[in-house]
Amino acid sequence: MSPFAEYAIAFLLLLGGAFTLIGAIGLARLPDFFTRLHGPTKATTLGVGAIMLSSVIYFSARGEGIGISEVLITVFLFMTAPVSANILAKAAMHIGVRTMDGTEGKPWEQ
Amino acid sequence: MLDRLSFPQPWLSLILFVTWQFLSDGISGGSLVLGLILAWAIPQMTQGFWPERPSFMRFWLMPKYLARVLKDIVIASFQVAALIISPRKPRPAFVCYPLELEHPLAISILASTISLTPGTVSADVSDDQRLLLIHALDTENEQEVIDTIRKRYEQPLLEMFK
Repeated sequence: MSPFAEYAIAFLLLLGGAFTLIGAIGLARLPDFFTRLHGPTKATTLGVGAIMLSSVIYFSARGEGIGISEVLITVFLFMTAPVSANILAKAAMHIGVRTMDGTEGKPWEQ
Repeated sequence: MLDRLSFPQPWLSLILFVTWQFLSDGISGGSLVLGLILAWAIPQMTQGFWPERPSFMRFWLMPKYLARVLKDIVIASFQVAALIISPRKPRPAFVCYPLELEHPLAISILASTISLTPGTVSADVSDDQRLLLIHALDTENEQEVIDTIRKRYEQPLLEMFK
């Protein structure tokens, strides 16, 4: 494997790991349910994207073909993350989870 | 009876079939048969949930839109990461977004885009499909959020579904 590919893989793994970690920290630190909702939907997007790219580079650099299954994993995550976030937010609004002080606007009632 | 054997969503069936070939290790007789069964059964089972297909859609504008969304995800991820690490409190807001799009498929694409780009989650669509409720993680004024979404995402989608 060329050193360039190794550096690229290491960089992408670190980047993906850092973003996943920050997403987890956000989940613990942010003040209310709706702000915490931003953590998992976001950390997965860039974190998983970077880790997937490094995996694709690794397997193509070793000459085992381009890993299409990694791309599929990412596509599935990108498709399901917004839907689950949407359902979580809907459920939270339905049971009237309290929002943090200083939140502008209100969730509506239907 | 013949209705039961047809493919009500030909494009979905094709995507399912191809995806299954990629998921299974190499194309074999078994994966072809199972892919065919899945491509038939899943559209049949979910048929009641599908919105009517748009009469006209400019598919070739999609790659440009996807590239823009990907770029925004990367930029905004850094902003959200900085916000989580910084000690100051976020200023969240619920924003009512008046939709210009009318087609249900276009609205769901817009809502998914909003949820994927960091900083905003779409929470609900009003029953008459004219308003979208968005939760923004950190914003100074609502108009800014609305303008950004209108300009960057809704205009291209309007072009696509015109």
